[in-house]
Amino acid sequence: MSDYTLKTIMNQPERLAPGHRMCAGCGATIAVRAVLRALHKGDRAVIGNATGCLEVSSFMYPYTSWEDSYIHNAFENAGATLSGVETAYKALKKRKRLPEDETFKFITFGGDGGTYDIGFQSLSGAMERGHDITYVCYDNGAYMNTGIQRSSATPMYADTTTTPVGKASNGKMQNRKDLASIIADHYVPYVAQTTFTTDFKDLHMKAEKSIYTKGPAFLNIMTPCPRGWRYETSEIMKICKLAVETCYWPLFEVDHGRWILSYEPKKKLPIEDFLKEQGRFKHLFKKGNENLIVQFQEEVDRRWEDLLYKCSRKIKG
Amino acid sequence: MRTDITKINEQTGHEHLTEGLMIFAGGSSKLFKTGEWRTSTPVFYEEKCRQCLLCTPVCPDSSIPVKDGKRADFDYDHCKGCGICAKVCPFGAIEMKEGVE
Amino acid sequence: MAIKERMSGNEAVSYAIRQINPDVMPAFPITPSTEIPQMVSTYIANGEIETEFIPVESEHSSMSAAIGAEAAGARSLTATSSAGLALMWEELLLAASNRLPIVLALVNRTLSGPININCDHSDSMGARDTGWIQIYAENNQEAYDNFIQAYPIAEHTSVHLPVMICQDGFITSHAVENIELMEDSLVKKFVGIYNPEEFLLNPDKPISVGPYSISNYAMEAKKNQEIALENSKAVILEVAKKFKKISGREYGLFEEYRTKDADYIMLIMGSAAGTAKQAVDEMRARGKKVGVLKLRVFRPFPAEEIANALKGCKVVAIMDRCESYNGNGGPLGSEVTSALFCNKIMIDTVNYIYGLAGRDFTVDETKTVFGELEDMVVNGRVPEQYKYIGLRK
Repeated sequence: MSDYTLKTIMNQPERLAPGHRMCAGCGATIAVRAVLRALHKGDRAVIGNATGCLEVSSFMYPYTSWEDSYIHNAFENAGATLSGVETAYKALKKRKRLPEDETFKFITFGGDGGTYDIGFQSLSGAMERGHDITYVCYDNGAYMNTGIQRSSATPMYADTTTTPVGKASNGKMQNRKDLASIIADHYVPYVAQTTFTTDFKDLHMKAEKSIYTKGPAFLNIMTPCPRGWRYETSEIMKICKLAVETCYWPLFEVDHGRWILSYEPKKKLPIEDFLKEQGRFKHLFKKGNENLIVQFQEEVDRRWEDLLYKCSRKIKG
Repeated sequence: MRTDITKINEQTGHEHLTEGLMIFAGGSSKLFKTGEWRTSTPVFYEEKCRQCLLCTPVCPDSSIPVKDGKRADFDYDHCKGCGICAKVCPFGAIEMKEGVE
Repeated sequence: MAIKERMSGNEAVSYAIRQINPDVMPAFPITPSTEIPQMVSTYIANGEIETEFIPVESEHSSMSAAIGAEAAGARSLTATSSAGLALMWEELLLAASNRLPIVLALVNRTLSGPININCDHSDSMGARDTGWIQIYAENNQEAYDNFIQAYPIAEHTSVHLPVMICQDGFITSHAVENIELMEDSLVKKFVGIYNPEEFLLNPDKPISVGPYSISNYAMEAKKNQEIALENSKAVILEVAKKFKKISGREYGLFEEYRTKDADYIMLIMGSAAGTAKQAVDEMRARGKKVGVLKLRVFRPFPAEEIANALKGCKVVAIMDRCESYNGNGGPLGSEVTSALFCNKIMIDTVNYIYGLAGRDFTVDETKTVFGELEDMVVNGRVPEQYKYIGLRK
């Protein structure tokens, strides 16, 4: 793995061209750029993509933003589609129909809708079969492309268009699914969770490990959505920082079964700090809803403790 | 079969579109100018910039070109004016101004 | 030199796959097509072929992976039946619209419900408007021959469309019959090496597949796909001609069996055509002017050719092994009558629904059908447009 400095890494050629139609301030393309920078010089890639904001905005005929080969198939099958591409690579290599010195890497992007929900089976199958691919979920916690409907990645109490806040509702009633743990339980070589940090080192190192660890890898990246979360577009880095400092979005990796905590806040901030920045949680700060924040905090604490426990276990490797 | 997308537009007859609507090229979206979307515009003060590059990875629109370890002025053809870069700059080298510059 | 053998339809298709040695095969088991991926896996396990098998977790994923592999530059295929085909429905459309020459070995089985494992054509008929070329076999020999012709049709530069090679579940897929196989080298030479011009894994030549298309382009793209399907008709005939040279066996869009002077023709697809021919032979021996038109190519639908082939007869029995639930008959019934009308061939037709979910179709029932057609003409009975045969009352 390479030594990381922003200077050297930002010298990499840009593999996601501008001119795509993602909203101003979108987190998803920030994540894509960061992941693609982890590709080593000279290595080629085929990029897969589940249907979603990223797909409809980055390849709107005849404009493609992808400098590498790219395939979008449908919503629920990014895992299976890339399985096919990766297997074709093996087949063509075996039959010497590709030059021996050409290296291709396989990376697919899906939103939380295409990954946690409708594409879950396809992802699970691809992981279990052991294809040498990297599946990147850009998790913005709702079906943003269709207009901010809840997903199984949506946090509890979020105001979405299918869990609207009203007289009789405080938003989504269920906790979010922990997909990184579920994929880790597939016992694949590498799973990591990350988001944007000031120098992007955490994301970069995890993307590089995902791409260059042999076998399937899963990378879960929290990518805030200014439209769906309701904050000013310029505030994304603050939101990410608060997500990490409150332990709402812990940074960790599971490297060949070993759980490793990537960052532990010196002083864990209260969850209000994260929630109050976003319009989707505005109702939690109304008088009388204090208990909802308490519940939210309890869930964050429970999961954080669970993660600490997993990371404290001694596993040889 | 390589695609020249300047020959494809909304008036192009069906026989001149690419097979399966594939594009046999990379990065053709550069020709689509999203800079027109801006309602506010980042201004780059080169003299204040210390070339820390913290602004470069946060751009969702690949609109802060980096060459030889240094950032150049904004790609205003594509910058959508989200303002993330101005927020992360520790040196006040980027200022958001109302309107399209 | 031809090899005389005895095998089932599934064995015959698997044998053809071994001879072609394609690059990638994702598949998920479903009765009665399961044997095909099993046999291919065995060929791979024994080192007889280099094909990469992907044991996917569903049929949706098998077609998704086939699409990925084919777009990446690998000759790909899968096999399925019934609900498996239904599950990959969305992906069938994408294989065709992305213009990927994938081949699917379909072993026809009824769609649920009720769940039933036996043959009818509701699965492939359900997928008739997905943009795939569909070719049907009467027996294992035809399943084998059609499969060998599939890639040269699909990969032809004026086509670039996926091909579905259909055979009847159990009746053809599991029944062991005599068959004439070709030598491996001959098949390999006939099918050739897959050499696409543009593909995902082409170094220095990136491509983007599967765009979002605004309305200004989408309708034009769909028309281009339709043109390719029209083009495939000539290619299917051209490939059949070349195939005859190496095999001696003749194929067209359909087969006309004793129809030349026939007053009554039964139009039928798949294994039941064999039954119908048997009945025709017996009736001809008694002086009845009857014949069979066995449709081989359902997509593209040879409307004009069918209309011309039927124009000399008095009544046609259009046999559907599938219900359309439109209240008026089956899919073949709709398409054949439309072909006759549009080509101004104003003859009577009766659309029979037969053999659903594995119901036997017998020589005697064929004779009954011909008898009913004759009764209409001879006794002036007004023909029913649509009826079931073989249904218990």
